Amino acid sequence: MAEDKGNGLQSALRRRLLMGLAGVPAIALMPRMSFAAGPATATVNTTGLAVTDTEVTVGILHSATGTMAISETGSIQAEKLAISQINEAGGVLGRKIKVIQEDGASDWPTFAEKAKKLLVNDHCAAVMGCWTSASRKAALPVFEQYNGLLYYPTFYEGLEQSKNVIYTGQEATQQILESLNWVAKEKGAKTFFFIGSDYIWPRTSNKIARKHIENVLKTKVVGEEYFPLGHTQFNSVINKLKLTKPDVIFTDVVGGSNVAFYKQLKAAGIDLSKQTLLTISVTEDEIDGIGGDNIAGAYSCMKYFQSLKNANNEKFVAAFHKMWGEKTVIGDVTQAAYLGPFLWKMAVEKAGSFDVDKVAAASAGIEFKEAPEGYVKIHPNHHLWSKTRVAKALPSGQFEVVYESPELIEPNPFPKGYQ
Amino acid sequence: MLGDYSLTDLSSIFVMQGFAGLILFSVYTLMALGLAIIFGQMGVINMAHGEFMILGAYMTYLCSGFFQTYLPALFPAYFFVAMALAFLASGALGMLVEWALIRHLYKRPLDTLLATWGLSLILQQAYRTIFGPREVGVELPAWLIGSVQVTDTIEIPINGMFVMGVTTLITVGVALLMYRSRFGAQVRAVVQNRPMAGAVGIDTEKVDRLTFGLGCGIAGIAGSAFTMVGSTGPTSGQLYIVDTFLIVVFGGAASLLGTIASAFSISQTQSTLEFFLSGSTAKVITLLAVVGILMLRPQGLFTLKVRR
Amino acid sequence: MISPKSSSTVHDNPFMKPMEWVSLALLAAVIFLVLPMLLDAFRLNLVGKYLTYSFVALGLVICWGFGGILSLGQGVFFGLGGYLMAMYLKLEASSVENTKIQSTPGIPDFMDWNQITELPWFWKPFTSLPFTLIAVVVVPAFFAFVIGSAMFRRRVGGTYFAIITQAIAAILTILIVGQQGYTGGINGITDLRTLHGWDIRTDRAHNILYFVNGGLLVACILFAQYVKRSKLGRILLAMRDKEDRVRFSGYQVASFKTFAFCLAAVFAAIGGAMFTLQVGFMSPSFVGIVPSIEMVIYAAVGGRLSLFGAVWGTLLVNWAKTSFSESFPELWLFGLGALFIAVVLAFPNGLAGIYRTYVEPRLTRRVKALEPAPAVALPHAAE
Repeated sequence: MAEDKGNGLQSALRRRLLMGLAGVPAIALMPRMSFAAGPATATVNTTGLAVTDTEVTVGILHSATGTMAISETGSIQAEKLAISQINEAGGVLGRKIKVIQEDGASDWPTFAEKAKKLLVNDHCAAVMGCWTSASRKAALPVFEQYNGLLYYPTFYEGLEQSKNVIYTGQEATQQILESLNWVAKEKGAKTFFFIGSDYIWPRTSNKIARKHIENVLKTKVVGEEYFPLGHTQFNSVINKLKLTKPDVIFTDVVGGSNVAFYKQLKAAGIDLSKQTLLTISVTEDEIDGIGGDNIAGAYSCMKYFQSLKNANNEKFVAAFHKMWGEKTVIGDVTQAAYLGPFLWKMAVEKAGSFDVDKVAAASAGIEFKEAPEGYVKIHPNHHLWSKTRVAKALPSGQFEVVYESPELIEPNPFPKGYQ
Repeated sequence: MLGDYSLTDLSSIFVMQGFAGLILFSVYTLMALGLAIIFGQMGVINMAHGEFMILGAYMTYLCSGFFQTYLPALFPAYFFVAMALAFLASGALGMLVEWALIRHLYKRPLDTLLATWGLSLILQQAYRTIFGPREVGVELPAWLIGSVQVTDTIEIPINGMFVMGVTTLITVGVALLMYRSRFGAQVRAVVQNRPMAGAVGIDTEKVDRLTFGLGCGIAGIAGSAFTMVGSTGPTSGQLYIVDTFLIVVFGGAASLLGTIASAFSISQTQSTLEFFLSGSTAKVITLLAVVGILMLRPQGLFTLKVRR
Repeated sequence: MISPKSSSTVHDNPFMKPMEWVSLALLAAVIFLVLPMLLDAFRLNLVGKYLTYSFVALGLVICWGFGGILSLGQGVFFGLGGYLMAMYLKLEASSVENTKIQSTPGIPDFMDWNQITELPWFWKPFTSLPFTLIAVVVVPAFFAFVIGSAMFRRRVGGTYFAIITQAIAAILTILIVGQQGYTGGINGITDLRTLHGWDIRTDRAHNILYFVNGGLLVACILFAQYVKRSKLGRILLAMRDKEDRVRFSGYQVASFKTFAFCLAAVFAAIGGAMFTLQVGFMSPSFVGIVPSIEMVIYAAVGGRLSLFGAVWGTLLVNWAKTSFSESFPELWLFGLGALFIAVVLAFPNGLAGIYRTYVEPRLTRRVKALEPAPAVALPHAAE
């Protein structure tokens, strides 16, 4: 059954791809631009950014050290890959991208500090960076004050929109609602149990999920539990699961807790091939630490999985492995981080200028047809139109996509009726 | 919340919840035992205790890789080898640290705290450099995975029982060692009166080094056992350190029995509260209760009259 | 513990010795003249942030260096001061005008996200600036008093006290993160804009705040010096070295310890409040165990017995952190770890100890030889 679905998916993808290829003018334009000499610096840079006749400076701001380095390394790698590809193809408006990388050190004020350095001292035309909501919240006022441009890759809780930020990951409603519909329809789920780490993203996501479950699906949430970040003992809550016997366990546990949770779940005899578990916090990156065997059978909903079968993705995965080693896995956020430099490049070329105001204004409506996830488009609210996919974890550590939303889902960071 | 369930459901849940509490108790005891020896017997605060545990976990990871590649036939039994190696590695590192660092600081207990904190930073970065910043997955032999079906509704996780077994063995071993062996008598003599112990011919330096090594070695075993239930990464050790210290302090520093009693009461409180309340709230209430009791009875649950 | 060489003199002494006036003048010159002239606005703001940590280090010199009480939970007080200030600033930034897209305008954004529809009672007084300023000092002092008197009366000290304060730091972090509707959770309280209508985000405001911060720091140093020179300071030192004898002489040891702990807490809270003003937000990452222990190392590097050393130590460690983590992020943790160990093993009196052993004797000789004192060859820590 899963195979059938896989084939159907593939052909659907192929169709979409062909459609994408039909609309080639944008692609055809790019190489031509790159060979032409760029327009004069004075005209494309009126606000004193670090743009010369041959170079443009872009910042990368992630944690290379500290607890978040685990997660953010993939984003750094993806952004560097994207930038090197852009440079090989001739750069942006005839200028090579020069990267200044700063380390946020998993420390939120450091993010604010380094964001300010990148904008005020280095005059970066754009910054690819931040990962956790906390780091974004810390850096956001800096970007707004100094009128910088941030490309933020992580799927996040929503409730935010800024002229100075392009959100290349999904906001919560995009990620969650489709997958809840899917699980209600496919698995006939009637009861849900939420387990999350105790901070804003899981709480907001669960709030949205609860509203959807209660008001739209007309089913029930039988439990909602939060654990401090770094918590490692889950036996009590697993007993609660055994008592309440929910149709679906819905999890957004993060970090080291994730590993402990799935190991203990498996040890307690909860068989994920029988018990449906839907998670919004496990990508290929996390499975590395959890161990494929421990989580095989769980469903994850994301917009991207490494195993996606389309030509864009195959090219992307090959290039990524060539640059960073065969063993590196690529998760949802890594792919979203890869989009950032390309979206910026296209917005700059559309605007014909590096000026942040013009680039931000030109961003709405930008389409990226070579996106590994298929096709994305920037919404006027600076989030991306994207598809949501549900995939089943395999013992190998990869995912098998079992469902893909038929249409692009509109980003809705301030969802009415879900607040 | 319990009204809607049948009696059999409830009774089996209580059994399983009891086991959950016991498993947590074992985990806490195992965590705290090494520290109780070091802190209780030597008065040294070892902030790098968590990193010694993670060293044990990494040894287990290496072992599992080695057996999978070279001795797949013996893979089911690798965990025992891994635990022995974890003990040796952490113990050896502990003795090295004692020699290089701790022995200069016996008169300044607060300074050992800072120095071992520095050590923990160095170890963390070393793990990150050697094993990479990501968490590593440790493959378990098949027999350690899954659960025992006691009745239709009661299931007990095997790895939890394994941890309980290991804890019991080690605790009994440590108790015998401390209270029934020559070495234990020497350790206790040194604790009670160092100059006198030296005067009667005990090599106090050697005793210190061995005690410290023993404590670290047990931390290594704990780390090795925890690969079954927790994560293994450069910073995983930090997850355990506060709990561990609280258990030891709550128990009354110089008493093994106190450590066990305190691990028991804290784990039962937490596991019961977790069942009736949310996890985060349960944790806060437990920690507050512990601190509250410590304010009223700062010497901990059990104390030993010692001349200092 | 280490017996201090210079500070245990009992005979009649002036408020500060000549060399200490020189140190103070040097510190003031560096903070108020040299750094503002050398650094651009961005770097100066950074130094301002570091200086807020030195308030904590200063408090630690009093309670750890003088009183022998090591608190591993100073982040709690730094955080309290910072949060209280942030509450005022956040309320000012959350005017009905600014927050009209929310479902309940006029309350902080994170409350709105958590379905809180009314300002909680304990937030309400923070619309008043005078109340906030008083609270920044009083609330941490009160907490320190409760913790301190409960513990010291029962003669808890040393390592026990350190671990319990550490646990308190852990609990407070979990609490703040868990109660995100009231505290902003792990993101903290962000996007602070104005102080009584004055925009604190501009370079000019940063500049002014930097000097205010520097002024407060010097005031705190002078106050600490006053405490150190008073009878109270001498009792603290005596207590640290032989607690029982002080007790037998009829002194209430617990009260003195509690006072030192409260003073350290107040200093830390002032630092926290200044931090919030200069950085523009506050988050639980300054409350937990790790920042608390890092702040102890600032004091240790500077010299746990030296008020000036605390400031130099803070500046040095943070300067090293920023520059090393920019160029060698891998090496930084090794460096920091080694620093901890080296300070403890080799230089238990930190920079101040090095200065006292190697620089001061020579300097004093020269000072005696030729008046006035040339201000050279001091540890050039900051920059």
